[in-house]
Amino acid sequence: MAPLVSIEGLSVAFNGVPVLRGVDLALGKGEALGLVGESGSGKSVTWLAALGLLPRHAKISGSVRLDGREILGAPASELDQVRGGRVAMIFQDPASALNPVLTIRKQLCEALVLHRDLSGEAVKAEALRLLNLVGIPDATRRLSAYPHEFSGGQVQRIMIAMALAGNPDLLIADEPTTALDATIQAQILELLSTIRREMSMAMVLISHDLGVVAENCDRVAVMYAGRIVEQAPANQLFADPVHPYAQGLIGALPPLDGPRRRLTAIPGTVPDPAHMPDGCAFAPRCALAAEPCRLAVPTLAPIADDRTVACIRAEASRRALLGIAAE
Amino acid sequence: MGRYFAIRIGRAALTIVLVLTFAFVVLRLSGDPALMILGPEAPPEVLAAFRKAWGLDDPIWFQYLDYFGAIAKGELGRSMRDGRPAIQLVLERIPATLALTLPAFVFKVALGIPAGIYAALHRGSGIDRAVMMTAVAGFTVPSFVLALLLVLVFAVQLGWLPSGGQDSWRHAILPIVTLSLGGAAVLARFTRSAMLEVLGQPYIRTASAKGVPWHRVVISHALPNAAIPTVTILGFMVGSLIAGAVVVESVFSWPGVGRLLVVAVANRDLAVVQCILLLVALTMVTSNLIVDFLYGFLDPRLRAKGAHA
Repeated sequence: MAPLVSIEGLSVAFNGVPVLRGVDLALGKGEALGLVGESGSGKSVTWLAALGLLPRHAKISGSVRLDGREILGAPASELDQVRGGRVAMIFQDPASALNPVLTIRKQLCEALVLHRDLSGEAVKAEALRLLNLVGIPDATRRLSAYPHEFSGGQVQRIMIAMALAGNPDLLIADEPTTALDATIQAQILELLSTIRREMSMAMVLISHDLGVVAENCDRVAVMYAGRIVEQAPANQLFADPVHPYAQGLIGALPPLDGPRRRLTAIPGTVPDPAHMPDGCAFAPRCALAAEPCRLAVPTLAPIADDRTVACIRAEASRRALLGIAAE
Repeated sequence: MGRYFAIRIGRAALTIVLVLTFAFVVLRLSGDPALMILGPEAPPEVLAAFRKAWGLDDPIWFQYLDYFGAIAKGELGRSMRDGRPAIQLVLERIPATLALTLPAFVFKVALGIPAGIYAALHRGSGIDRAVMMTAVAGFTVPSFVLALLLVLVFAVQLGWLPSGGQDSWRHAILPIVTLSLGGAAVLARFTRSAMLEVLGQPYIRTASAKGVPWHRVVISHALPNAAIPTVTILGFMVGSLIAGAVVVESVFSWPGVGRLLVVAVANRDLAVVQCILLLVALTMVTSNLIVDFLYGFLDPRLRAKGAHA
């Protein structure tokens, strides 16, 4: 099946400092992909760049195709159709993501008018339907309220309603629950997966919370220092991570069952994007790093069906396997 | 909402009382009006009679209460120089001042706000830098220097425009240009920084992510937010319509309120000075009240706070 979105070699630099260094990622129709990694690994930038939402001084190269059509560097009018219409995005801090001086009605109906052939009363009816769908009580009255009159969880629900307004094929949820209380978090995630199932919409869930991703995604991509280092079906990644960084992330999670064990932390910090080490960016923090790791950047290569890893140890073992098979 | 305005109106009244007290104290500390008006050669009995006639030999607290009592009754006193009611002298001058400050206000807004918005939208471009350099020059050069510079070029060197007086519309050009340039520069800088602040907000990105075309993001999402700080500076400009041209009127010998103020202060013509100050305080305070009202209109968050306050 042709992918809905395919990203190839996406690179972004701010003022000459590279923050994305060749991201390859594909997403199928209706698929839920988790994108995990530490802050600054490029999770959000990947999608902001893909949708042309980065400031003008960002230097972007590579390719982003939506249904086979290149959207990177597409004219503004075409991007405006894609944004909100085909690909919608919700953000981390709902409180500042809505315009404080405009009513909910204005902000919600704006999206409806842009992407749907609706006018007059039909717009309002659809806005009410969306607010009901995301669980805003007393929607008729609340439509004329301003963002500050809602709680954080409610504002995120309104953001979701706005994102759904254009009937998108893909929803990018950029840390949608990070700014919310734990109980509200669970409600919002529940809402997102219900909606995704009902609308058979694809979703990218950007998060640094592995638990959130494990529960809500079919497939997970792990990012480190502006690259994808491993991607795999969610259950496989959590059961058997291959990349040492992914192993480190998962080793840092407390197990729910089994004997108690000491949690492991990944030593060191994420490298400064302006002073990237040669070779593998994770090598300086990697317990298994060897001399060849510092020589060349490992490429993202398949190790099994649906699984790719960027680590020379994985490559070596794969070559060994292939060698055995060839004999 | 009602309390929000009650508090502001109370504060406005207090401001006016403070301004009038300040005027009263400073003017009485700064010299004897009898000597200033009649001259040091005047015979002592004439001076004494003048002081008695104007109540200048009453105890200071008595004068102070008398002063407020009179203002409360709407009596703003008479000019010590020609005996006419001070308010009449001042009101006569207002049209001349407004003939300069109103067109200047229009030019400031018409030049400054679009320039600021443009500079913000093209941040870092050559035009942005040019606008900002002009703006810095515009508000660091004092108005009297700019006025003299304009006179030197357009009146003395080129001989295109008169250097002072009020005989025709051509006389108004240089004063209006002087007033407009400085104000437009301030407004351009304010608008630019307000816009930059707003354009960096997450809700602007949300609007773009919704597929709103950029020009509509600017017009319907950014401008209403950037208007809030810009209104503050516009309020100051409206407040200074009456007395904002003191220096410029003096340089161009323009017979407006500002020039009357300079002459009245020099002559210790107390009633006239007090009358002008009262007028200035009233316009300032009124425009601030309008600004407060506009905040409530522009920013629903303040409206809510007002309702709860």
